[in-house]
Amino acid sequence: MILAVAPLLVPLATALLCTVSYGSPRLQSRFSIAGALALLITAIILVIEVSSNHVVSLTAGNWPLPYGIEVVVDRLGVALTLIAALMLTISLLWQNSDADPAPTSGFFHPLIHGLVAGSCAAFITADLFNLYVWFEVALICALGLLAQGGGLKHFDATLKYFVLNLVGTLLLLAAIALTYAATGHLNFANLRLAVQQVDPAVMLPITGLLLIAFLVKAAAFPFFAWLPASYHTLPAPSLAVFSALLSKIGICALVRMLSGTFHPPSYLLMTLLAGIALLSMVIGVLGAAYHWDIRRILAFHSISQVGYMLLAIALSSRQGDAATIFFAVHHSLVKAGLFLCGALIFCMAGHYDLRRIGGLYAARPFLSVIFLLFALSLVGIPPLTGFWGKYLIIRECLIQGQYLWAGVALSVGGLTFYSMLKIWKEAFWKPHPDATWSPTKEKKLAPAYAGICTLLFVVLWLGLYPEPLLVFVNDAAMTIRGGIP
Amino acid sequence: MTSRAHMAEIFMRGLYPLLLIASVVILFRGHNAPGGGFIGGLMAVAASASYALVFNATNALNRLPCAPVRLAGIGILLALLSGVPAISQGLPYLTHPWWTINLFQVELAASTVMLFDLGVYLAVWGTIGGSCLLLIHSIEGEA
Repeated sequence: MILAVAPLLVPLATALLCTVSYGSPRLQSRFSIAGALALLITAIILVIEVSSNHVVSLTAGNWPLPYGIEVVVDRLGVALTLIAALMLTISLLWQNSDADPAPTSGFFHPLIHGLVAGSCAAFITADLFNLYVWFEVALICALGLLAQGGGLKHFDATLKYFVLNLVGTLLLLAAIALTYAATGHLNFANLRLAVQQVDPAVMLPITGLLLIAFLVKAAAFPFFAWLPASYHTLPAPSLAVFSALLSKIGICALVRMLSGTFHPPSYLLMTLLAGIALLSMVIGVLGAAYHWDIRRILAFHSISQVGYMLLAIALSSRQGDAATIFFAVHHSLVKAGLFLCGALIFCMAGHYDLRRIGGLYAARPFLSVIFLLFALSLVGIPPLTGFWGKYLIIRECLIQGQYLWAGVALSVGGLTFYSMLKIWKEAFWKPHPDATWSPTKEKKLAPAYAGICTLLFVVLWLGLYPEPLLVFVNDAAMTIRGGIP
Repeated sequence: MTSRAHMAEIFMRGLYPLLLIASVVILFRGHNAPGGGFIGGLMAVAASASYALVFNATNALNRLPCAPVRLAGIGILLALLSGVPAISQGLPYLTHPWWTINLFQVELAASTVMLFDLGVYLAVWGTIGGSCLLLIHSIEGEA
């Protein structure tokens, strides 16, 4: 069914149309917004289709399996695709405002659609090598977006991002080659059967290598250096898409590998993964406590949040997987919302450094409320989405008797609260250090507010009425484990 | 440019179209013999690059069908579109049906694969050719 490859074809075709029309900005932005809306509609149709029909799949070129490349859209893939489409639309809307837009060089639109195409394809592919290919497509487009700034700090960020991700990429390629050598398969469904026939002692190092490669991509401890080195140089529209998608590609691949294909995973690897998860959570949140730049604080928090998702994967149960997917959805929405709040703060106060701004609560109460809701959701205050995500993870930890893991998860939540309070206190509560300061006269901010309010609406709705999403992620976890909900 | 190589320039004027024709031949023989879109595209890049070495990068750029970025975009778009006709026949995306075309009493095999290959050809010419010309342009000032 052609619908299965639509999440990949729509953004790819849009990226190409934007490339071909790069000489005329008006035409390009029309193609761009039409493509984003088309992707949004496609994703919604797919959600409806997948909710009733379990999965939608297609083998490209009618080649027989296991040789053909298969695309399987399941609930996990479609959920992340919908988020990608939503973030892309908001980001393009944001590009029309004056709140830290990306430089208009003619390459922003092709690159951001290319990034979304690579991510969406990585979410839905059912072939290990094809997954690697889409990882690369996303990586190259991300590099292009990073380099767009053109300054020295952008070059520095691009280089670090490139080198560190290249290491992950090469490890991934090696792991894929070893997997193929050991099993003779790359298609997920065939791999799942083939792995059972192979000696566990052979599979253990291969799975370990694959795990490391995906951990680099997911920005987990100790491989996270690329994330805080690059995110703070990005303009707001790119940053929203980066924070919503990039680490999710790694998380999505990890869930598919460890819970689906290479199942059951070895106890040793899962314990190791839990250790990495706990360290990511703690180091990420401590790094955030140290910094004063809003974007750096939020970037370090992403590492800590990736830790939560990894911990849920390490629980190695259906409930754990469901919690991972719920948390991934929550994190994509809330973290992008916070980054966009940061861009609005920057636009009002003229700086991302917390020490040089202040007084926004009196000047812009509406923005303060938006920030507060996103921040409290990230911390996990009920009834916002973060609460449900953390509740699912901590409950599963306690059920499995992992009291230490649950304790760390709870205390990291406390430290997250500290960081959010820091931004709140410095940017909103304290008076502005410069007594003559007044907020920048209204520029064109309506598209920015429209975007962020849409995001806030989705977060509030999912927080107050989480039931449909909880059922959905539960079914998604069951599908990944080979069951039929 | 102070010194011009007249012999090379005259030679190059003839060689450029010849190289392009050869690259197209390689593009189309690729289905049943060594060749194809990628190698054909590389030959076209060789034509552009050698043209740039003899004349200069700007002249070579002007002889491309359109701007390199656009060339690459059109190429990949063509490759994407080549998978679409299969859908109307009820086959999965990117399945390439074959037909025989009777052209002047000669049976020719035709397929949407050729469209795909042509797309690869243009994409290679656009990206690698464009990068090559940019590199040559950047060192021209130093010579």
